[in-house]
Amino acid sequence: MYSKEHINFLKKLKKEKIIITLFQILILIIFIIIWQILTDFNIINTFIFSSPKKILETIINLYKTKELFSHIWVTVYETFLSFSIATILGTVIATILWWNKRIQKVIEPYLTILNSLPKVALGPIIIIWFGAGIKSIIVMALLISLIITIINVYEGFNSTNQNKIKLMKTLNAKKHQIFFKLVLPNSINTIISALKINVSMSLIGVIMGEFLVSKKGIGYLILYGSQVFNLSLVISGIFILCIVAALMYYLVSFIEKKVSKKTD
Amino acid sequence: MNNVLSIKKLKKIYHTKEGETKAVEDFSFDLKEGEFVAIVGPSGCGKSTILSVLCGLEEKSGGEINLKKDSNVGYMLQQDSLFEWRNILDNCLLGLEINKKLNKETKEYVISLLNTYGLKDFIYSYPDNLSGGMRQRVALIRTLATNPDLLLMDEPFSALDYQSRLAISDDIYNILKKENKTMIMVTHDIAEAISMCDKVIVLSNRPATIKSIYEIKLENKTTPINNRKDKNFSYYYDKIWKDIDFHV
Repeated sequence: MYSKEHINFLKKLKKEKIIITLFQILILIIFIIIWQILTDFNIINTFIFSSPKKILETIINLYKTKELFSHIWVTVYETFLSFSIATILGTVIATILWWNKRIQKVIEPYLTILNSLPKVALGPIIIIWFGAGIKSIIVMALLISLIITIINVYEGFNSTNQNKIKLMKTLNAKKHQIFFKLVLPNSINTIISALKINVSMSLIGVIMGEFLVSKKGIGYLILYGSQVFNLSLVISGIFILCIVAALMYYLVSFIEKKVSKKTD
Repeated sequence: MNNVLSIKKLKKIYHTKEGETKAVEDFSFDLKEGEFVAIVGPSGCGKSTILSVLCGLEEKSGGEINLKKDSNVGYMLQQDSLFEWRNILDNCLLGLEINKKLNKETKEYVISLLNTYGLKDFIYSYPDNLSGGMRQRVALIRTLATNPDLLLMDEPFSALDYQSRLAISDDIYNILKKENKTMIMVTHDIAEAISMCDKVIVLSNRPATIKSIYEIKLENKTTPINNRKDKNFSYYYDKIWKDIDFHV
């Protein structure tokens, strides 16, 4: 049994948490109400700013015409695909760079330049090379997420404690043993936090790709909305995107909690 | 008694872009079976280099190292470097795993070592639940797991506080004697060297060469902590202290 003081302390913690959650929800509600009132009294133009009611109607409409989930699905699918490829390929490339310092040194300036290059500048080339389809979108997303994955995972591998590597050498460990018994398990946490960044990077890449070429997806929805000057559609798209992004983030956080290991 | 190790005119030079540094020069020395030898010297003189070269971590630049046939060298480092994601037993089995010698028999041996040396209740614990002294003991058992005949110890206690240091040096001394090991220890602690070892080698400033070798003859040689109270202890302490070129 806890003491009375401790129970009071726990109650206080709980109360604080409730207050914070309450305020978080309140901000959103107030924002939506003000927005609605402003449009109801014609203080702001609904044609340009839309309104919560109109957005809700748009989403319900999308749902009724069975478009809502097919757009979401396309974006999620593309994100998942590029995320998986970037993670696997990125880890493999980082492993090669760790394995062979010479390759790493040769390739380093290219990685640095590619990393700082705004990838969207490559958009026109990508369309011409890979056509107006899902391939271009995946390539766009890969360009954005792959390089950063390589750099992060490689940094993780490289930050392995030198004393531990020395220890492995004193035990006559070969390079592959040092990698699989020490470097890889030691970097699990770094890899997982790289995945976290990777999810958002992939989503950014996919939306960018959908802006460039596509006939489906949330990015397409937003771009199409702006082209026909349907601001309700644009904002609905952004709203859906927010929810999708949040869900993906929490999914990865959940996996992180399950998988993460003790390291120093 | 047989020589476990015989070193002749060992030389080690480090090369960098800026130039070369002679770390060890003309280092010759024989080690008998069952002997405990300490290497002391001014800091940065190349003490640890000698062990690294002996263990094969670094290549020698010249000279000869002759190890007794079929003997197995174990190296214990200053940091315990236990893997946080492995439990104590798995940490100790690491060397066996790497050298593909892990079987029922060797595993039993490691468990018996853990049991004997006070880690019985911690076999399935993780390193962060252990004190510094216990972690160091685990590191020793990890080194002993592959059953080395010759142990190299590089400042094995310097990461510990003074109290744990005294206690663990007693522990480790007893373990090594009981398991019939031969040992070379590098340390900067003169008292530790005298209390634990049969011989103390004093090195010169860089490049390290042997300045003098002291055979430690105590009146009543027992465990390290008791040895510190021996009549002859301070005699050796003074001599070695004066022999080392300490630069402050």
